[in-house]
Amino acid sequence: MAAVSVIELLRQQISTCEAQLASLRQQLAEAEHLHRQQQQGLQLKRMEEQTRHNTASTSLVHDMSYGIHDDFRSEIFAALSHPEEENVPPRRWPLENSEYKRYGRQLIMPEIGLQGQLRLKQASVLIVGVGGLGCPAAAYLVGAGVGTVGLIDGDVVEESNLHRQILHSTARVGMTKVDSAIVALSSLNPNVNLVAHPARLTPESSLSIMQDYDLVLDCTDNPASRYLISDTCVLLGKPLVSASALRTEGQLMVLNNPPLPPGGANGGPCYRCIFPKPPAFETVVSCGEGGILGPVVGTMGVLQALETIKVLSRGVKGLAANGTTSPEPPTLTMFSAYGSPMFRTIRLRGRRQTCASCGAKATVTPEALKSGSLDYALFCGSVAPVDALTANERISVDNYAKIRTEANPFTGSQPSNDSHILIDVREGVQFDLCSLEGSVNIPFSEISRTPLKPMREDVAGNHDATPEEGWVAALRSHPEKPIFVICRLGNDSQLTVKKMKALGLDNGGKRWIGDIKGGLRAWRENVDQDFPDY
Amino acid sequence: MSAEVEEASPEYVPITVEFSGGLEMLFSNERKLSLSIPRRDKDGQKANVAFLIDYLCQDCLKDPRKDLFVLDGSVRPGILVLINDADWELEGEEKYELQDNDNILFVSTLHGG
Repeated sequence: MAAVSVIELLRQQISTCEAQLASLRQQLAEAEHLHRQQQQGLQLKRMEEQTRHNTASTSLVHDMSYGIHDDFRSEIFAALSHPEEENVPPRRWPLENSEYKRYGRQLIMPEIGLQGQLRLKQASVLIVGVGGLGCPAAAYLVGAGVGTVGLIDGDVVEESNLHRQILHSTARVGMTKVDSAIVALSSLNPNVNLVAHPARLTPESSLSIMQDYDLVLDCTDNPASRYLISDTCVLLGKPLVSASALRTEGQLMVLNNPPLPPGGANGGPCYRCIFPKPPAFETVVSCGEGGILGPVVGTMGVLQALETIKVLSRGVKGLAANGTTSPEPPTLTMFSAYGSPMFRTIRLRGRRQTCASCGAKATVTPEALKSGSLDYALFCGSVAPVDALTANERISVDNYAKIRTEANPFTGSQPSNDSHILIDVREGVQFDLCSLEGSVNIPFSEISRTPLKPMREDVAGNHDATPEEGWVAALRSHPEKPIFVICRLGNDSQLTVKKMKALGLDNGGKRWIGDIKGGLRAWRENVDQDFPDY
Repeated sequence: MSAEVEEASPEYVPITVEFSGGLEMLFSNERKLSLSIPRRDKDGQKANVAFLIDYLCQDCLKDPRKDLFVLDGSVRPGILVLINDADWELEGEEKYELQDNDNILFVSTLHGG
């Protein structure tokens, strides 16, 4: 309900702003008209004053107030100038007075100066993704007075976003991220034109959405979007400021800078030049799975804003036209919160001549993009839910709960945690947050690391007597107890069951090993609503 | 300087190998390894980056998921190889011959945001 009223409020705010904008344009036209008239009027007035001055100076050479009491003189001037003030005063300075004040601290820096500020004001940038990267990036760009900032995102604000996505707020959970960001940004700087695109970027829409902007920030969280954004930037000739973050690390690149057309060897490399092939999708870890520290992703978003300001204040349009101003050579900046040093900058290659996107024989064309024939999801693979087990290797949370709490209907034996082994395969940190009573933690990373058979057998045929991993040996020592495997969502648990069977822990089928379907999420939804949701 | 000291070992090249972006998980969570690599491979060729990658797989990579590091005989897509802080493509890629005290960094790309 709160969200609805805020949406209504926002709509009103937007239409008010649009009305203001229209009125400002009207005023500007009138002001310019008046300005020309007044220029002539002023000249006349100056001539009059000159005459008056000459007359006075003959009698009272040292009296700068022309013999008139100062207060009285002010009154006369005020009265004289009054009719002039009713008209809009002529624009004498390229920025508004309020802008000199607001941007004063950056205006006085040689890196920005008046020209830089005017370039920022004329510029428009698109921020794709209004999350951990997009929020701080947008805040600094709007604060710095970039003329137009577009925001695109199809998600709504969730509570788990708030520790890092600094534009959103507790009250705006459930609102679209774009709307929520606009509330925060318009109160930060009402002079910036904010454009809302509350939808996901798609290959069909990317060209038409991105063409109106001078520069694009990739603040997304998946490889498919990263390739799509880079390809579109190359086709449209826009520089791209790209960043990513996970856990305690971040990476930053300025791509397609200068943004020469495909085949232009002196253009900056694109995302495909650096990563021609996408990573295997099973190696792609999201912030939801791997975790993310707020200031880490925040740092990367702030750096994106910084690189954007550098590119824009240097003049992006001049670059596009002839490529004469050479920006710095392409680099990758790596941030590691617990590393020493924390920052490291690496020289990257230039454009790849054989690049499918920016190379001389590029196959990524506007037609291919618009027709949807470039399947980015397919190119990068997609994470389908794991479906590795048969029905009789799985148990629902409800049935497992019965095993824990009810007498066995067949044997009449009382429930006991000792009747089976419950293995929780989440990582240790997660296990420490909350776990089911009696469960044993064997992290999935440890399970994946475990070789299926002794790893080495040297040339002499000596078995390297690597002792069996502790957890495997421990489970082998209770050969009859059934093993239930649980994890956070029900994927790793299935893979673990497969691995345990491959290791022979089921004694050729004599011992039951299976997973608890849907993991601890299902447990919370169906059995114990108090179980923490992190 | 220190290179002269290292030259004292005619058989091994001292180098530093680093892992970042999650790759360290495959190497027992070691972010930095100080290694001495044979100067020449078994055919008498000078040790290059391809040789180093083989060496890492044989001697340092204890995790059975080797395919997360090397695929079809080459470093898996999505991993950048950096030689002394420069993209290896600027240095000759796999054919780059290891020098004393080189720093070879393997970086896995991040995608979160």
